[in-house]
Amino acid sequence: MSKERVSRRQFLSYTLTGVGGFMAAGMLMPMVRFAVDPVLKADAGGDFIATPQKVADITEEPIRVDFSYKQKDAWYESEVTETAWVYRDEAGKIVALSPVCKHLGCTVNFGGDKEHPDQFFCPCHYGRYTKDGTNVPGTPPLAPLDVYPYKEKDGFLYLGKAEPRKEA
Amino acid sequence: MLNKIYDWVDERLDITPLWRDIADHEVPEHVNPAHHFSAFVYCFGGLTFFVTVIQILSGMFLTMYYVPDIKNAWESVFYLQNEVAFGQIVRGMHHWGASLVIVMMFLHTLRVFFQGAYKKPRELNWIVGVLIFFVMLGLGLTGYLLPWDMKALFATKVTLQIVESVPLIGPYLKILMAGHESIVGAQTLSRFFAIHVFFLPAALMGLMAAHFIMIRRQGISGPL
Repeated sequence: MSKERVSRRQFLSYTLTGVGGFMAAGMLMPMVRFAVDPVLKADAGGDFIATPQKVADITEEPIRVDFSYKQKDAWYESEVTETAWVYRDEAGKIVALSPVCKHLGCTVNFGGDKEHPDQFFCPCHYGRYTKDGTNVPGTPPLAPLDVYPYKEKDGFLYLGKAEPRKEA
Repeated sequence: MLNKIYDWVDERLDITPLWRDIADHEVPEHVNPAHHFSAFVYCFGGLTFFVTVIQILSGMFLTMYYVPDIKNAWESVFYLQNEVAFGQIVRGMHHWGASLVIVMMFLHTLRVFFQGAYKKPRELNWIVGVLIFFVMLGLGLTGYLLPWDMKALFATKVTLQIVESVPLIGPYLKILMAGHESIVGAQTLSRFFAIHVFFLPAALMGLMAAHFIMIRRQGISGPL
C-alpha cells in the first residue's frame, strides 16, 4: 500500500468520474459509430461494366465511349453515365482513360484545344495531357489521367473502376 | 494535465464562479435518497432532463441519414435502421426515449402535484412546466409522422381531424398544420419535420432554461 492515502472525497470523485464516463461512453458509442459508418463501409468491389464499344472498332484515334450502370447510393438507386477515352497505342494495346482532370476534377476533351489537336484539354484552367494521358509540365494538372482497367467479352469492351497512375 | 488546463483558463477568465453557480450547491437532506430512500421521487425531473438530452443527441445523429421527403423518408429510415451500424440502437434510443420522456415527465408532475410544490411562490414554474409538457407532446406527435409508414400516416390523419374539430379556427389550424386543405402529403411531412427539428426544440430549450433558472432562484420546496 502506498503512503499517500486516498481521501474519501478523492475516492468518490474517481468512482463518480469512472462510472459517469462509462455511462456516457455507452450512450455515445453507438451514436458515433452510427455517424462514422460511411467511412468504415467496405468498398464495393469493382465490377467490369459493359460498354457499347466494339473492340474491333477501336483505332489509334481516341474516341469517346459513354457507358452507364446502376448506382446504389444508400436508399437511392439511379442510372449514372461515365465516359472513357479509348484508343490503341503503337503496340496495339487498348488504352482507356478517365476524362476527369487531375487538377480540380473538370472534364477533359481530346483535341479540345485547337492549338494542340492531339492532346487532352481541360477548359477550366487550360490543363493539357498528351495522348497517353501524361500531364504536360507547366499546365495545372500534377498527375496523369486515371486509367480504366479493361476486358474484352463477346467482342465488346468492358471497363472497371478507373485507377490513378504514378506521377509523371 | 486537466487541472493545469483548467487553471490556465481560470486564471484568465475566472470561470470558477460561473460553474459554481450552475453546479455547486448542496442537496438538502429531505431531497437526498441517501438519507431518506423515499426521496427518489425527486429524481424524476432530473431523469426527464437526462432522457431529453439523449433525445436531442440521438435525434441529431438520426438527421444524418433521414430525409423529410415522401419518396425517400421511409427508404432512408429503412436504410439507417438496417444498413447502418448501430442504426437499430440509435433509432431505438430515440423511439423508446420518446415514450420514456413522457413517463418521467408525468411522474415528475405527480410528485410536484401531490407534494403541493406548485404553490406560492412557485406558480410560475408550474405554468412553465405545463408548457414544457405541451411542447413534449407536440414533439411526440410531429415525430410520429416522420418515418412515413402507414401507421404514421393514419395517426396524422386522425390528429388533423381532431385539430379540425376545434371551434371556429379548426379548419384553418388544420390547413396550417397539414400545408394543404385536403392532402396529407409532401407539405405535411416537411412541415412536421421543421416543427419537430427546429421550432419545438427551440421552444423547449427556452422553457427548460426558464424552468431551471426559477429552481435556482427559489430553491427546492421544503420537506413535507
